[in-house]
Amino acid sequence: MFQNIGEIALLFWSTIRALPLVWRQRAKVLEEFHEIGNASLLMVAVLSFFLGGVIALQTGPVLAERGLHSAIGGLVGISMAKELAPIMMSILIAGRIGSAFAAEIGSMRVYQEIDALRTMNINIVNYLVMPRLVAITIALPMLVTFAILVGWLGGATVAQVTTQIDVPFESFFENMKNIVGIGEVMHGVFKSWCFAWIIGVVSCHQGLTTRGGPRGIGRSVTKAVVNSIVLIVLFDYVLTRLLLH
Amino acid sequence: MNDNGTTQHGVSVQVRGIRRSYGEQEVLKGIDLEVRPGEIFVIMGASGSGKSVLLRHIIGLEAPDAGEILVNGESVHSSDVASKYRMALVFQSGALLNSLTVGENVGLYLSEHRLKSPDEIRKIVLDKLEVVGLKGTEDKLPTELSGGMRKRAAIARALVIEPELILYDEPTSELDPVSSVVIGDEIYQLNKRIGVTSLVVSHDRDLAFGIADRIAVMHEGEIIALGAPDEVKRSQHPVIRKFIHADFKRQPKA
Ligand SMILES: Nc1ncnc2c1ncn2[C@@H]1O[C@H](COP(=O)(O)OP(=O)(O)OP(=O)(O)O)[C@@H](O)[C@H]1O
Ligand SMILES: [Mg+2]
Repeated sequence: MFQNIGEIALLFWSTIRALPLVWRQRAKVLEEFHEIGNASLLMVAVLSFFLGGVIALQTGPVLAERGLHSAIGGLVGISMAKELAPIMMSILIAGRIGSAFAAEIGSMRVYQEIDALRTMNINIVNYLVMPRLVAITIALPMLVTFAILVGWLGGATVAQVTTQIDVPFESFFENMKNIVGIGEVMHGVFKSWCFAWIIGVVSCHQGLTTRGGPRGIGRSVTKAVVNSIVLIVLFDYVLTRLLLH
Repeated sequence: MNDNGTTQHGVSVQVRGIRRSYGEQEVLKGIDLEVRPGEIFVIMGASGSGKSVLLRHIIGLEAPDAGEILVNGESVHSSDVASKYRMALVFQSGALLNSLTVGENVGLYLSEHRLKSPDEIRKIVLDKLEVVGLKGTEDKLPTELSGGMRKRAAIARALVIEPELILYDEPTSELDPVSSVVIGDEIYQLNKRIGVTSLVVSHDRDLAFGIADRIAVMHEGEIIALGAPDEVKRSQHPVIRKFIHADFKRQPKA
């Protein structure tokens, strides 16, 4: 486990050092970027709409009962922006894209494609890891921004149509504006950017260290997703703590 | 043979006392051999005798437990050997990149290292594919090819590198007799044309005795014979006699 952390840190570092070559690999970055968007945009939209909606549904009636209608918008807004969108979307992407990274690289490892690249003196980090990492660290923050907006929309819609809450659309956003600003959104987007690095590095590392046949690929995929999620949740606490001031 | 006016010189390979174990199993039990610049050196041996593992060590993919491998006198594991000498391994399985087309695979070395313009690369790729008899497959995916076609594409990919050392892992094992001869011929011609040092692993006896300057026979992780094809043929070692003279025992019908 500790050796893994060392290797992961090393991979992270070599990826950073490979970044100047990103322009050369732009075609692959774009391809991965496309893949991530295609694979998750709809899921992200549906998931975040209902996330926002359910927060409104859970908290709305309680607050409304006590006459705190004006707090509902802010509550939904802040929980979506600072916590729910970044963490839920990152977990979703870990499952959808982290698994794909580990599977693709893992099968290249098992079928000796990586060995073939090495004999051709082609750098594995530049060729396989860096483009994926660049793609996911751009795509995830964008998806999270989108998720925050859709989540708010979901919350506002539910607040309007639920009779026990009965907060009109406009006043929901009016109230939200008092509490949630660009800083709150940036907080969430920044965290998701950090999570994107975690997903990318952990999954690529897992792919590269795949052993055994097709079974090994399966094991790598599971490990990549589980380890990413565990690290995301841990880092979420740490980052939130650090960003408190 | 490396100084007869060829445009390129092959490198020498020295394998000294290589040992390698996987877990309990010792796969290479102290291999010593020297491949001279520009020669065709064939390694024969039964399945599982450690030939592929030896090739992986020679090209530097794996590090031995003991011993060393020198390319032109420098360890393959020193950092600059990989950039100083062009080396290629034709994998037993082909090991084409499944996400790329055949043409992209064959041109990968040139395109990744930006050695030629895309137009030139395309020309070279088509040319090499034709050499190995795969004209018209450049836009297919590796999964759309047969095993033997994949192997030939892998050979084309190695040819494009214009290596100074080329290692072939069973280049003809999946080919029909006619293609085998074509590939054997190409291995020979390439060697003569650019003086590339060629190390061929094969249990194809016809190929081995047809193209080899020298032959080594490997058995359970050891070299049990090494010499010119005639010497090896005359060897009295029982394993070698069996290997060279193995044939079906079916009696002709009376
Ligand atoms: N990565 C590995 N881990 C464990 N054992 C291995 C590994 N690679 C090879 N071996 C073992 O080493 C031995 C030699 O394998 P190798 O692939 O070199 O045989 P070979 O001579 O190339 O046979 P063939 O002619 O069938 O290709 C085999 O017994 C194999 O089980
Ligand atoms: Mg083999």
